Amino acid sequence: MTVAKRRPATAIILTTLEGVPGKEVIEHYGLVQGSTIRAKHIGKDILAGFKNIVGGELKGYTELLQEARQESVDRMVMQARQLGANAVINVRFATSAVAPGAAELFAYGTAVKVQ
Amino acid sequence: MEFIIFIALLAIGFFAGSYAEQKHYLEIKQRERKSLHVPLMNFGAKQELPYAHEAQMFVGSVVIANDYFKTFAATLHNLVGGRVVVYESLLDRGRREAVLRMKEEAIAWGASQVVNVRFETSNIGGQETTRTPAMVEVIVYGTGIR
Repeated sequence: MTVAKRRPATAIILTTLEGVPGKEVIEHYGLVQGSTIRAKHIGKDILAGFKNIVGGELKGYTELLQEARQESVDRMVMQARQLGANAVINVRFATSAVAPGAAELFAYGTAVKVQ
Repeated sequence: MEFIIFIALLAIGFFAGSYAEQKHYLEIKQRERKSLHVPLMNFGAKQELPYAHEAQMFVGSVVIANDYFKTFAATLHNLVGGRVVVYESLLDRGRREAVLRMKEEAIAWGASQVVNVRFETSNIGGQETTRTPAMVEVIVYGTGIR
């Protein structure tokens, strides 16, 4: 997924580590999170039905979920920005199927200021 | 007539499915060899931060589905239990593909290694009828450093 490519110049650094390598954490702002719930697209579902006969990757769904995950990351980053953070550390993802055909994509991390 | 369609679907699933799988495995092996120089690590907690100038998160994901034949074979497996080989290869493929996507993106960025890699697998098939093939999303994420 292209988490990096759509980021603006004054980007928030995202890491899965407990800090940012080469920088020092000077302030903690606590947990930030972003989530989105997406339903399946009927056209893509029909195509996926065909694909289910031969198996393999379902590109339509991969893209759909990547988009959705990007959105949840964006929401998390927005929250971090509002707090005045310039990095989100220890980012984690979670996915859960809330209803048949709908999935929740959830991202969370700790907003910090690094120097 | 229904029986003929069923057999035809099974045959298509078996031949097209195993052909695609073999091709995918060949591709995966080739790409894995090409990206061997960047190590992946999954430690992070209670560990000193690796020395680096820059860090960035990378995510790789893939949604993968079983073919018709494998779905049918897995349904039969449900009767006797035991190891379901047909699903093992599905998840193995999916995971390796997702890892490669993350890694290739990190390599393009110039990462020297990818640390604190995490895996997540979720079933997005939805309804739990026997005929619905498994649809699994695998996501892999980690921090690339350089």
